[in-house]
Amino acid sequence: MKEYDVIVIGAGPGGYVAAIRCAQLGLSTACIDKWTDAKNKPSPGGTCLNVGCIPSKALLDSSHHFHNAQHLFPKHGINIGSVELDLAAMLARKDKVVKNLTRGVAGLLRKNKVDFLSGVATIGAEKVVAVAGTDGSTEQIRANNIIIATGSVPIEIPVAARDDEHIVDNEGALSFTAVPEKLGIIGAGVIGLELGSVWSRLGAQVIVLEAMDDFLPAADASIAKEAQKILRKQGLDIRLGCRVIGARTSDDRVAVRYEDTNGQHSLEVDRLVVAVGRRAYADGLGLEAAGISLDDRGRIEVDALCRTNQPGIFAIGDVTAGPMLAHKASEEGVAVAETIAGQSAHIDHSIIPWVIYTHPEIAWVGKTAAELEAQGVEYNIGSFPFAAIGRAQGSGDTDGMVRLYACAKTDRILGVHILGTNASELIAEAVTAMAFHGAAEDLARTVHAHPTMAEAIHEAALAAGSGAIHM
Amino acid sequence: MIVDVKIPLLPESVPDATLLDWTKQVGNVVEKDEVLVELETDKVVLEVSAPVSGLLTEIAKVAGEIGVSNEVIARIDSSVAATPPGASAAAEAPAGTPAPASAPSGNAESLSPAVRRVVDEHKLDANAITTSGPGGRLTKGDVLAHIDATAATPNAKAVPAASSAPKPAGAAPAAPSAVSPAEAASPQARGERRVPMTRLRQRIAERLVQAQHTAAILTTFNEVNMQPVMELRKRLRDDFEKNHGVRLGFMSFFAKAAVQALQKFPAVNAYIEDNEIVYHDYCDIGVAVGSPRGLLVPIVRNVEHMNFAEIEGAIADYGQRAQAGSIGIEELNGGTFTISNGGVFGSMLSTPILNPPQSAILGMHATQVRPVVENGEIVARPMMYLALSYDHRIVDGREAVQFLVTIKDCIEDPGRMLLGV
Repeated sequence: MKEYDVIVIGAGPGGYVAAIRCAQLGLSTACIDKWTDAKNKPSPGGTCLNVGCIPSKALLDSSHHFHNAQHLFPKHGINIGSVELDLAAMLARKDKVVKNLTRGVAGLLRKNKVDFLSGVATIGAEKVVAVAGTDGSTEQIRANNIIIATGSVPIEIPVAARDDEHIVDNEGALSFTAVPEKLGIIGAGVIGLELGSVWSRLGAQVIVLEAMDDFLPAADASIAKEAQKILRKQGLDIRLGCRVIGARTSDDRVAVRYEDTNGQHSLEVDRLVVAVGRRAYADGLGLEAAGISLDDRGRIEVDALCRTNQPGIFAIGDVTAGPMLAHKASEEGVAVAETIAGQSAHIDHSIIPWVIYTHPEIAWVGKTAAELEAQGVEYNIGSFPFAAIGRAQGSGDTDGMVRLYACAKTDRILGVHILGTNASELIAEAVTAMAFHGAAEDLARTVHAHPTMAEAIHEAALAAGSGAIHM
Repeated sequence: MIVDVKIPLLPESVPDATLLDWTKQVGNVVEKDEVLVELETDKVVLEVSAPVSGLLTEIAKVAGEIGVSNEVIARIDSSVAATPPGASAAAEAPAGTPAPASAPSGNAESLSPAVRRVVDEHKLDANAITTSGPGGRLTKGDVLAHIDATAATPNAKAVPAASSAPKPAGAAPAAPSAVSPAEAASPQARGERRVPMTRLRQRIAERLVQAQHTAAILTTFNEVNMQPVMELRKRLRDDFEKNHGVRLGFMSFFAKAAVQALQKFPAVNAYIEDNEIVYHDYCDIGVAVGSPRGLLVPIVRNVEHMNFAEIEGAIADYGQRAQAGSIGIEELNGGTFTISNGGVFGSMLSTPILNPPQSAILGMHATQVRPVVENGEIVARPMMYLALSYDHRIVDGREAVQFLVTIKDCIEDPGRMLLGV
């Protein structure tokens, strides 16, 4: 039986990063992953690369261009007549991006001499892992350390059972063969809003049904409120406090029944996307037999260093508690690899940035105003709108703002929230500053190039202290 | 030929002399008549010059040691005309790179913009501030907290001198400046305000005057090159923190050095009680810490038995409890010696007052990078002035000087504390 220093189960952003880091540190590593593409070929990269982050961003960009060509170009004095959509080409481009990246991951694993096994893993006694290969083979391998990185899957709701044609999850929503005339989305979370944006830009009438009364409760209230206004103006019909109680397919349409405080309502759509969240996926791993404990939401229980209750067995990423973000999984993967190699690893969960790729994008790191209030922390607010930023005026991306919260006593940056174009990139500066326990004044005294969107962060930092210059 | 360098014939009334700092090190080339070292006697300071040119091959007595007339204190090899620079470099203690001339404190470059601004504005020594940021970084919050903690004196906060809130001066030499805002605002007004002294202030005033009336308080000064300790700290502070779970500051070095000096000069660790001198076998050192109500001096007991980590831990604990106001009365009593750090207020030099019934108090001050001479060259070194105020009734002038020199030597060469020399 082949022995390794480390076996990684799952080759998503958590697993493949962990495997590569282990290999870099000189540990003999095997990585098992069960994802295959349409042609049944192994496709490492997990949900993120195959049906998550990557394809959705590719489509968001493509649809953004399509929308701009129709609605924005004339404002810039560019008249190109009618714009045609070749959906098949757009999807093909998306598929190509996915293929390039998954091939890239496979290449990286190969380059780092990680033994990649395509198949389903089961953990047995004595840290023996059985692999049921995609090609039908079976194999047993063993390691002193096992890293479980099996990720998450979409939550299914019985009232809207997935049939992969009319009622789909995110995977299906990334490959509709035609733009639905009317698209229903259950769930106004990150995935629902992003997919809704894609199809809305391509011409679908999008209705989003959200059971909660609050819009984006995890985001800062001021950002969520502004974002909701903007998305509604873009044409997304976001209905809050609407709980779906039934969905039935007939005649190539889906009849949806939902209830709100006013009673029951029904709605007919061409396609329905279920995007109500994701759950940890540890099914079929044999965790019970291996004695690994789960919490009441099916997530593998781990300590601050990602160790499970079984010595030598770790778990990272979506299969554990915490934000279900690819970069969180990757950071944990690196930390676990370093821990196994005997180094001192540190995972700082408090400065993991969140991003939503609507347009304008939403990104934040640290605490929201609500969280600070709940903790009784006294803080100063620095807020600055992009409308007052020269670069934004130039490009026309004047929606949104930067909001910065700093401790009233120490000036330490406690949270930064951005609604605006490229927020996903802009947030990195805030994360860096917070990693050094930076103060708002530190950002205020750091030169920002002009003209850039990043100046809004500079102004917000100033606003939290002595006052913004440009407002 | 090897030539002896001797202590000159001392005047009849002077039994011996104490060597002060050597201007040259072993391995240096010296010129005839160049002053090599100064000797301090009770009455006068004498210079000892090189009798010949050559290579200083041996130093038999180091700074702080005592010698008698005609005693050999060094040797010069007159056959050596010049030495290549490498030899003298090798003979130097590993000094490392001199601090950059422009840096107000040791690591100004690694301060973040906000920290730099606050540190400069308040003229602080960044190295003297406890850090809480990742990897020991100094954050703006750290500096603000430091300022708050040391803002108990009227100097630091622009509080009108005669305010009703009690702001005791404590043991540190803080002269309350009485320029009230009212004066500055209306130059024509000549009013007066009468405010009764608080009980606390009255008591402190009594004790201070009583100390001055009872003891014959004198102060001797010296300066210490903080670079060796700063480098040691930089090198090992992470390990220290990791192993002991407590930050490595500077106080443990001074406390340890003080213990070594106290053990060498027991009179400094003694009291006068009626007609007896009470010597103590233990060193209970009072360490001044800032609290919201002013300076407190809790006592760290039996410092002679404590290691660096224990000392740092005790001081940190007192510091925290001082902020929280939870130091007990019994913790403020007793003590055989006190260390007060005026440096955190920015003091360059001062004459601390004794903490009765103790016979001495060590004053630490702000570390400033100053030009000093090493091996005949001007270099920039982080220097701290040290002051030792002492009760001359029980401590001799020479003892006080040598006590302070012992502390200086221990700080400048921490290995001495390791070896107990």
